[in-house]
Amino acid sequence: MDYAPNTDAQIQEMLDVIGVSSFEELISSIVPEKLRQSNLDVPSGMSEQEILQWAEALGSGNRPVNQQISFLGAGAYDHLVPTVVDVLASRGEWLTPYTPYQAEASQGTLQAIYEFQTLICQLFQMDVANASLYDGASSAAEAVLVALRCRARTRVLVSETVHPHIRQVISTYLSQSEAVFQEIPAVNGLTDIEALDRASAEDVACVVLQQPNVFGCLEPMEQAGQLAHRMGGLFVACVYPISLGLLRPPGSFGADLAVAEGRCLGSPITYGGPGLGLFTATAELLRRLPGRLCGATVDHAGHRGYTLTLQTREQHIRRERATSNICTNEGWLALRATIFLSLLGSGGMKELALLNFEKAHYAYRRLLEIPWISAPFSQAFFNEFTLQYDAAIDSDKIQRVLAKANILSGLSLARWYPTMEKNFLWCVTERISKDAIDRLIETLKGFQG
Amino acid sequence: MTEPLIFERSVSGRRGYRLSPSDVPTCSITQLLPQDQRRTEVLPLPELSELDVVRHFTRISQLNFSVDTHCYPLGSCTMKYNPKLNDRVAAMPAFAWLHPFQPADQLQGILRLLYELEQLLCAITGMSAFTLQPAAGAQGELTGLKIIAAYHRRKRRRRSIILIPDSAHGTNPASAALAGFQVVQLKSGMDGLIDTQELRARLNSNVAALMLTNPNTLGLFERQIKSICALMHERDALVYMDGANMNALLGIARPGELGVDLLQLNLHKTFSTPHGGGGPGAGPVGVTRSLERFLPLPRVRRVGKRWVWTEHSEASIGRVHGFYGNIGVLIRAYIYIRTLGREGLSRAGCHAVVNANYLKKKLQDIFPVAFPQACMHEFVLSLKSLKAQGLTAWDVAKRLLDYGFYAPTVYFPLIVDEALMIEPTETESKETLDELAEALRKIACEAKEDPQLVSRAPHRMAVGRLDEVKAAREPDLRWNPASVPTAVAH
Repeated sequence: MDYAPNTDAQIQEMLDVIGVSSFEELISSIVPEKLRQSNLDVPSGMSEQEILQWAEALGSGNRPVNQQISFLGAGAYDHLVPTVVDVLASRGEWLTPYTPYQAEASQGTLQAIYEFQTLICQLFQMDVANASLYDGASSAAEAVLVALRCRARTRVLVSETVHPHIRQVISTYLSQSEAVFQEIPAVNGLTDIEALDRASAEDVACVVLQQPNVFGCLEPMEQAGQLAHRMGGLFVACVYPISLGLLRPPGSFGADLAVAEGRCLGSPITYGGPGLGLFTATAELLRRLPGRLCGATVDHAGHRGYTLTLQTREQHIRRERATSNICTNEGWLALRATIFLSLLGSGGMKELALLNFEKAHYAYRRLLEIPWISAPFSQAFFNEFTLQYDAAIDSDKIQRVLAKANILSGLSLARWYPTMEKNFLWCVTERISKDAIDRLIETLKGFQG
Repeated sequence: MTEPLIFERSVSGRRGYRLSPSDVPTCSITQLLPQDQRRTEVLPLPELSELDVVRHFTRISQLNFSVDTHCYPLGSCTMKYNPKLNDRVAAMPAFAWLHPFQPADQLQGILRLLYELEQLLCAITGMSAFTLQPAAGAQGELTGLKIIAAYHRRKRRRRSIILIPDSAHGTNPASAALAGFQVVQLKSGMDGLIDTQELRARLNSNVAALMLTNPNTLGLFERQIKSICALMHERDALVYMDGANMNALLGIARPGELGVDLLQLNLHKTFSTPHGGGGPGAGPVGVTRSLERFLPLPRVRRVGKRWVWTEHSEASIGRVHGFYGNIGVLIRAYIYIRTLGREGLSRAGCHAVVNANYLKKKLQDIFPVAFPQACMHEFVLSLKSLKAQGLTAWDVAKRLLDYGFYAPTVYFPLIVDEALMIEPTETESKETLDELAEALRKIACEAKEDPQLVSRAPHRMAVGRLDEVKAAREPDLRWNPASVPTAVAH
């Protein structure tokens, strides 16, 4: 099966117009014979029916989280996706255009981006938001780059409580540059504020913290922000959009740049990608922003319309002096987030955050009923928390017992923090019912080491 | 006809979505959440009914041109048809609801798919290994440049220059600068191709790599590619190929055999995944065997009858994506390749080239072609003759919208005056190409007879030509309750 409509007769007719007798004659005038390789070692094509059978077969090798009780989070959260988001976003008018270079024929996409930028600013309480970057991790890296350029300094202080993958991506982006990447240790589940203070130096361009942090704990963001500013650096906050229905928005605790993974706003997890890089800043940083920006303007008759703007920051104009190399972004996920936030609205987002908070705290309380489970930190949290098993407990065995009960346990933190053996990160979203939590507790209570 | 903003439709107290009621005992927020962590003021989001939302986003969607509704001959973007079957598979719960930290035994289907996709991309390009992690072409370029830096560092030397032809996509120099390199631009030859004399003159022991696009942004195949690569390799410098235009090479040539050391593919172009109004894309990077150890981590491997992630390689440049890449896009591209198979892919490449050359032939007596030789998948017209009527390529692009065609890429590549870059792709029919040629013929007549008709275009869109200068001078990037709409038609 292929999607090329022209028949052999039409192709011949077109070749006649071009003035060649065959495709072979045409292509050999372009690509020298000795460079040709027409033999593709790819299987033969398939019909729709064959493809669907094959996809079902491949899919049967997967066990999606919606078929089990999953307490996995750590940067990828299982949240509701309203039917309306799926149905509206799958319209071809949303799915099949590209970057709206021709504004007059792209008013739908542009108006949606303008609404998206507004909604994200409202949720974050920040001055400006761009049209999206790739994912939360690359947004954090781009924020660091903005700070380095803006401050003309070289040191980047990143808390160890920032998700390791985000730290790794920042580190990849900074490799081969003059920037110095320095990690700030954690104490009792939070960034060690005293260590942060001690790291104060004249060359600090920015301080990066995550809220809630990788252990689920709520950081003293305002304090960290003040320290960053006292050093003369910018404060970069990585936040969790769903939590902002309940938690302080980054604009209220002094963030100069606030970024997030926005996939949780109306898109499925899809194994961690595509993500949606949310990127916001204070007004002063507007002209240093990476990525597309949409602005309102008027046409010759004075009617309101929308267009891409401030493009002199971008690679297609500024080339090697651009603020970023980004071109294609995550427009379709930004549209989904726009529909999601419009549908849930002010009340819905607050309720959603509250549901996450209450369910997570119920699960936390119940898990602590288990005698061999304890809380290593006693910090406030949103919908994710760290718990520790007694040293004698065989945690692999627990994973297996839970798996048998169709439960995916919290994530072992030892993979990233070798000293945190037997520590697990549990996430509870609105998709987890009380029954599911009770079943988890019953299973654990029945566990015989 | 324009639509009010979603915020202007908000009615206080209206709800658009009902959440399940809480089934756990209520807890005391004041006790569990310190005051200084709580949002104090009301979240200022709009309040709408479900129908409000459905109608709003359906109506504004209709203000868009898209591949599903219009021919979209946007050069260098390969706006081919995006098969619905691919979307259907990507949305299957068995793929859409996988968590990145599930154990590998629950993920054998997706891991196998990713592994097979890497193999297929190797077969199509002649490269030895791929990473699927980069989220778009430009992130692929950055990944490639980091690999180039790592390669030279491994040889204990620092090379700081990347050579880039003046016809290159803007992302190339931007990515090189982001990766810490200095960009030296190569002036293209009279034939639009890399001038090997110029290349020789710029080549020195500080050059890390040449970044070229093949076919280039003029739609021309670099005929000297083998000797260009040999020239670079003599100096132990690498050749990076921007694979944005890979569609033209399907079943025709394989970059790996042309001497290219590494390249990125834009799956949203060549492999038909929907562009989504700006993304997501995917920019896998393919390398030769000797560069494989530098690829980002983790990598998917086959061990016996199982597929697993491997996290270790001390030479790796590190991680570029928060998880494993744009999986939803990768699934669609995989399904596309399996649907077309070897015959379909070759046919796609062949028809893309025929369509472009046919359209070029039909247009070249209306507007001069920047470079006359036979092209690959796209070609560039120069509209500088319109300056006599006080018109620009931008005006023609706007007028083309009135004829029901999205505009080609305008003012790019930079080396062509008043450039109009047209890429029809293989999925447009001869009839559509004839209509497009006819539309441009009519616009050329209008330009002579009634230039104002063209300079004031478009006339049939939801809005007239927009004031972009005002947009840039007085940035209005978000709605504010205080901002009064200028003139909203209901």
